[in-house]
Amino acid sequence: MTSNTVQNIGRSLITFGGFLAIWQTIVWATGVEFFILPGPWLVALSLAGNLELIAGHAAITALEIVLGLLFGSGFGIISAVSLSWFPNLRRWLLPVLVVTQAIPVFALAPVLVLWMGYGLASKVMMASLIIFFPVTAAFLDGLRRTEPGWLDLAQTMTAANPRANFLAGRWAALRHIRIPAALPALASGLRVAAAVAPIGAVVGEWVGSSAGLGYLMLHANGRMQIDLLFAALFVLAVIAVTIYFTLDWLLRRLLPWQPDN
Amino acid sequence: MPAENPEHSVAIPGVALPGVALPVIGITLRGGALSFGDRAVFTNLDLDLPAGRTTCLLGPSGVGKSSLLRLIAGISPEATAQTLLASDGGVIAGRIAYMDQRDLLLPWLNVLDNITLGARLRGEAADHHRAMAMLHRVGLADVATALPAALSGGMRQRAALARTLMEDQPVVLMDEPFSSVDALTRLRLQDLAAELLVGRTILLVTHDPLEALRLGHQIYVLRGEPACMGPALKPDGQPPRPADDPALHTLAAGILRDLAG
Repeated sequence: MTSNTVQNIGRSLITFGGFLAIWQTIVWATGVEFFILPGPWLVALSLAGNLELIAGHAAITALEIVLGLLFGSGFGIISAVSLSWFPNLRRWLLPVLVVTQAIPVFALAPVLVLWMGYGLASKVMMASLIIFFPVTAAFLDGLRRTEPGWLDLAQTMTAANPRANFLAGRWAALRHIRIPAALPALASGLRVAAAVAPIGAVVGEWVGSSAGLGYLMLHANGRMQIDLLFAALFVLAVIAVTIYFTLDWLLRRLLPWQPDN
Repeated sequence: MPAENPEHSVAIPGVALPGVALPVIGITLRGGALSFGDRAVFTNLDLDLPAGRTTCLLGPSGVGKSSLLRLIAGISPEATAQTLLASDGGVIAGRIAYMDQRDLLLPWLNVLDNITLGARLRGEAADHHRAMAMLHRVGLADVATALPAALSGGMRQRAALARTLMEDQPVVLMDEPFSSVDALTRLRLQDLAAELLVGRTILLVTHDPLEALRLGHQIYVLRGEPACMGPALKPDGQPPRPADDPALHTLAAGILRDLAG
């Protein structure tokens, strides 16, 4: 860990501490009821007291987010490669794909719960649907913006027999040049995906579920356990931030040649 | 007496001696044409590349030099030719190596993997022994595992030259290959290229009259709209001619006047 990273973490902790202090001061100064805005100390006590309950629900939500990321990104990657390989498919499907983005995915949540039940599947589906488009769009954009000089070079290198090797040459250029060249664009798509995946999972839980942090928050809200609601929210934030920075770290490790590194 | 270091010996096993074992072919182009809308860049242009000789093509920007080279390389979708044949009657595709003004090194591959790109694209096993020997020849053996971003402009262009040579083709098409480096590096690259490419059929497009006069067996000047070629200029002596030869500078001044007029 570099001294720069240590400094960054130190600064973040100080900012966070200051935020907590202001929060606690507001609660003391205004005397606001604990079921409207509990102080951070009360939230911490609730977190400690309900650790097992929160951890159980958190594990389910984390699983939904990770599975959603895997499926959504996987399908996004496959569809981007297919759309770039088959120009006809792109001409027919891309406009439709863009139009579907006008549908608020949240509005589909009740239907998904109706079709796929109260369990894990509808939430994973929800997260996947939100992730799918940004990943597809970013990767497809990257695949279509390959430096033309690289493709010219590849063409001269594989042009031994244009008729017999046309597909082989195209596949080689895709595999060795266009896909690697598009990986930084895919990485940006995956970062967006990691940021929005928790939204999909939690919205899915709000609409209909029997477990997960979203469910726990609704449940706590209904029973005026606002301190528990805040504790669950805090854990959700920690999960989301952890997933984002883990993915970001992983992508930087895998793409050391990326221009912005 | 210590054993001779094989890395510094002159003859390196695994590197085909230039001009040996390669079929030497010339190229005949008749009726080359290129137009954008109403604007004819060139029409009915003829060019002969004699076998084993270096032909240089000079001309102002936008006159169609690069397009002519790309037509022969088979990577120009716009330009057309009535006849484009190798002197042995065979096709040209698959028997050329192409080198661009930009190094076109893939930023995610190290130098060694970059110069063996052609083999990887064709699904062949890369000859790492020969590739390392080639890197010794161009003075890049120490940075074989470095990424292109860590290299200077001159080193990158040497890597591009090594990649061109790894293709081991009888015809080499070079589009302003040394124009993006400083003057001293350019002279060194010219010497290196002349030494390594001797015996091959070369088309060198350049905007530098002195470069053409140093390296060309015959030199054409392309100018006008639609562009025409004058008779070939054939300087005395064998390339590479010394850069400090006053006769070359006199000729270069004449060509510059010709280009301006």
